[in-house]
Amino acid sequence: MIKVTYVAHDGTETVIEAEEGTSVMQAAVSNDVDGIVGECGGSMMCATCHCYVDEAWEARTGQRSDDEDEMLEGAASEVTERSRLSCQIKLDPSLDGLVVHLPEEQL
Amino acid sequence: MSPSRVVIVGAGQGGLQAAISLRQNGFDGAITLIGAEPGLPYQRPPLSKAYLLEGKAEALTLRPASFFESKQVTYLPDTRVLEIDRGACEVRLDGVGGDRRLGYDHLILATGTRNMRPPIDGLEHAFDLRTLADAGRLREALAAPRRIAVIGGGFIGLEFAAVARKLGHEVRVIEAAPRLMARAVSPAMSRHFEAWHRAQGVALHLGRAAIGVDAAGVALDDGARVEADFVLLAAGVRPNTELADTAGLKTVNGVCVDAQLLSSDPAISALGDCASFPDPRSGAMVRLESVQAATDHARLIAARIAKGACPDYAAVPWFWSDQGDQKLQIAGFAGPGATEEVVADGLVARFDAGGLAAVETVNNARAHMKARRLLAPGGAADLAALKDAIFA
Repeated sequence: MIKVTYVAHDGTETVIEAEEGTSVMQAAVSNDVDGIVGECGGSMMCATCHCYVDEAWEARTGQRSDDEDEMLEGAASEVTERSRLSCQIKLDPSLDGLVVHLPEEQL
Repeated sequence: MSPSRVVIVGAGQGGLQAAISLRQNGFDGAITLIGAEPGLPYQRPPLSKAYLLEGKAEALTLRPASFFESKQVTYLPDTRVLEIDRGACEVRLDGVGGDRRLGYDHLILATGTRNMRPPIDGLEHAFDLRTLADAGRLREALAAPRRIAVIGGGFIGLEFAAVARKLGHEVRVIEAAPRLMARAVSPAMSRHFEAWHRAQGVALHLGRAAIGVDAAGVALDDGARVEADFVLLAAGVRPNTELADTAGLKTVNGVCVDAQLLSSDPAISALGDCASFPDPRSGAMVRLESVQAATDHARLIAARIAKGACPDYAAVPWFWSDQGDQKLQIAGFAGPGATEEVVADGLVARFDAGGLAAVETVNNARAHMKARRLLAPGGAADLAALKDAIFA
């Protein structure tokens, strides 16, 4: 199991454990973490699973793809260099302990 | 006075979203969500795509059981609403615990659609693809090499065809209209997908109606036969309006609602696939089959109930269909009679009397997102602005 910490906009931390291969979006939704919507179910059709990867993890989560970049244009909150669509980050053992920060709004 | 008991009929993505959004908007009354299917509410779009390949049912669940406890939403799975008693403001239920009644201050109809059964003999031989149970049966049937016939060349039939072909099956699609996805996309986009499916080795029988299904295949209206080990019926859907009809609500191709998504009874709203609502751009009554409409409708209704008022519905429609590696995205909605202009390869703009109505793209998220913004209220919805935005 891989540990992920979601830090809400107000600073509240939620720590969950998810199976390898699960996306950061799916892990949040199935553990009822507020602040990730994931409306399209991970099809990269919406930007409602926006997250900011913690600085310490940036190198390990990799770069966002061009399509991801375009979809993020529709995000409700500010997009920064660390913005990702959490449906596009798949959990593997190298991400055990991952920390992501959640935006104020997803819609 | 704001309502204190909200009952939601239908536990698909829209019905569940209404419950989620009611709590997010601070509604503290009772919420009851009623679903006809067993299990937790789940996403349908992957049933014709990823689920057929991967079979991960747990990945489809929209919210875990803990959500219903923590948000105090009473969820009644495996339960049918038999009748709406508008005089008493009650619904009559049939489910676990037998026949009973449940009172409401506001009722939300999120009853969705069911598969169309065209007048074809022997349809009992055909598979359906609507529910998780349907998709599970199809997955089993796909385990061995097969000759497969698909009746219907719309989104579901073609998404399934792409998956089945990828798995190595022999696939034939029978479509009564002269082109694929005729109701949803422009002729130019139909041609793009026709060429793509043919290149994958999918046989297309366009302009041919199925007239009979049996254990060995499908009979067509020109006397030809399509031999098949199994047949999928994917001939579209129709809205579930029986409850509304019986209760005397206005229905025309769905439960008719106004720009506040209220039915002809102000204590009853309707959302998503079962609702016929005024298109914010044209004013014409439309019924859309999409995650976007279901969830955007749900959010408006929830805000209106929780806060007492909200602006009229104004969301830009969007749709998607993943067929193999071809990701079709549609921003906006073009009714029948729209004209088209091919802007670039895999990029079609559609127009009606009100100007730019919809933009269809293939594997082009950038253009899709630009189009969504241009089509939003206050956006410059014209072709020059679209070209500027895309080719900038």
